[in-house]
Amino acid sequence: MVTTEQLALNVYNLISEIPDPEIPVITIKDLGILRDVVYSNGEFVVNITPTYMACPAMGMIEDQIKEILATNGIQHVRVNLTYTPAWTTDWLSSEAKQKLKKYGIAPPSHSSCTKLVNSPETVACPQCNSKDTELISRFGSTACKALYKCNSCKESFDLFKCH
Amino acid sequence: MTTKEATFTYTLRLGDDALILGHRLSELCSKAPFIEEDLALTNIALDMIGRAQAMLSHAAELEGKGKTADDLAYRRPEINYYNHLITEQPNGDFAHTIVRQLYLSAFEFLFYCELEKSKDETLAAIAKKASKEVQYHWQHAMDWTIRLGDGTGESKRRMQIALYELWMYTGELFEMDAVDETLIKAGIAVDLTSLKTQWLNLIKNTVTEATLLMPDDTYMQSGSRKGIHSEHLGHILSELQYLQRAYPDAIW
Ligand SMILES: [Zn+2]
Repeated sequence: MVTTEQLALNVYNLISEIPDPEIPVITIKDLGILRDVVYSNGEFVVNITPTYMACPAMGMIEDQIKEILATNGIQHVRVNLTYTPAWTTDWLSSEAKQKLKKYGIAPPSHSSCTKLVNSPETVACPQCNSKDTELISRFGSTACKALYKCNSCKESFDLFKCH
Repeated sequence: MTTKEATFTYTLRLGDDALILGHRLSELCSKAPFIEEDLALTNIALDMIGRAQAMLSHAAELEGKGKTADDLAYRRPEINYYNHLITEQPNGDFAHTIVRQLYLSAFEFLFYCELEKSKDETLAAIAKKASKEVQYHWQHAMDWTIRLGDGTGESKRRMQIALYELWMYTGELFEMDAVDETLIKAGIAVDLTSLKTQWLNLIKNTVTEATLLMPDDTYMQSGSRKGIHSEHLGHILSELQYLQRAYPDAIW
């Protein structure tokens, strides 16, 4: 006899490896977008939370979740978008941060984000590790990133903003 | 007015502010002075539209008439929109765009930090995300104000004009009515009385650092809490709502 908890866990495992559509080296589980899966009233409820309220990837993530589960014969699925608890970069594991760096995105440096803008962070270049970097724009290629340049290797790079 | 009805109106107002300002900022897509700034303004627009989506969905749920966020955005006439007048003001020159952001993001920064304590769980959750996002907006507006105010004679002159011209729309940000009063008692809404001094200080400090002059007290515009708007909102809605008006129920 399989319990509903086991079934929900099975669903969770099936979808936890879905890559983030914008940063394909990390999964929705690594990022903390996938919160949990519960079974209730004959359906699996998948709770996801956006990194940013306007994160345009949420629709695509929802589609991918449904698609993967459908190919595994699981039909009764509801994807629920939740805002509590509010997503924070504190949820990124050190493993996820390493993956970001390898991909060329500087991971967020502090773990606590109470004062985001008044304490400018020292950002190490993900290419050459130099700390001689400067901000080009607080707003980068996606809502969750800022644009920096490295004065040592002259490359520009994205910083995953502390949030 | 029940607490639920008041919360609906309150949430709708917050959603309208975000939607209309987001629309205004999105008009600048591909028209900003340079590419990084284009990305900055459209990113801010996107944050606003995301917040509008969250607020209007919550409002639709509170209203309980089976409507969606889209119904609220696309099917309401001007008189039923409650965004602050400053959000619908035209982008003007870059100085006007920045000053509008300066006044509003300082306000929103203080406001959303307070709204995090709201007893309405959804509003508190949205506020937690919004307060982080808006800190970046505030920093962006502050940087530009200082750079342009303390810049060339021309940039200084334009910033000073924008500070004066938009000032008359700031009084409205601190207006409260029966909706606010009902919800302050219930621990849901933010009491704006205490925010005003803090807001003035934030603006004064930045304006002084930018070597600009604070506007004198003047006649303050009012009306949005009752759905009375400047001539600009109608034009915004004619564009924003065009598709749903021309082809009702069209879906993506
Ligand atoms: Zn480098």
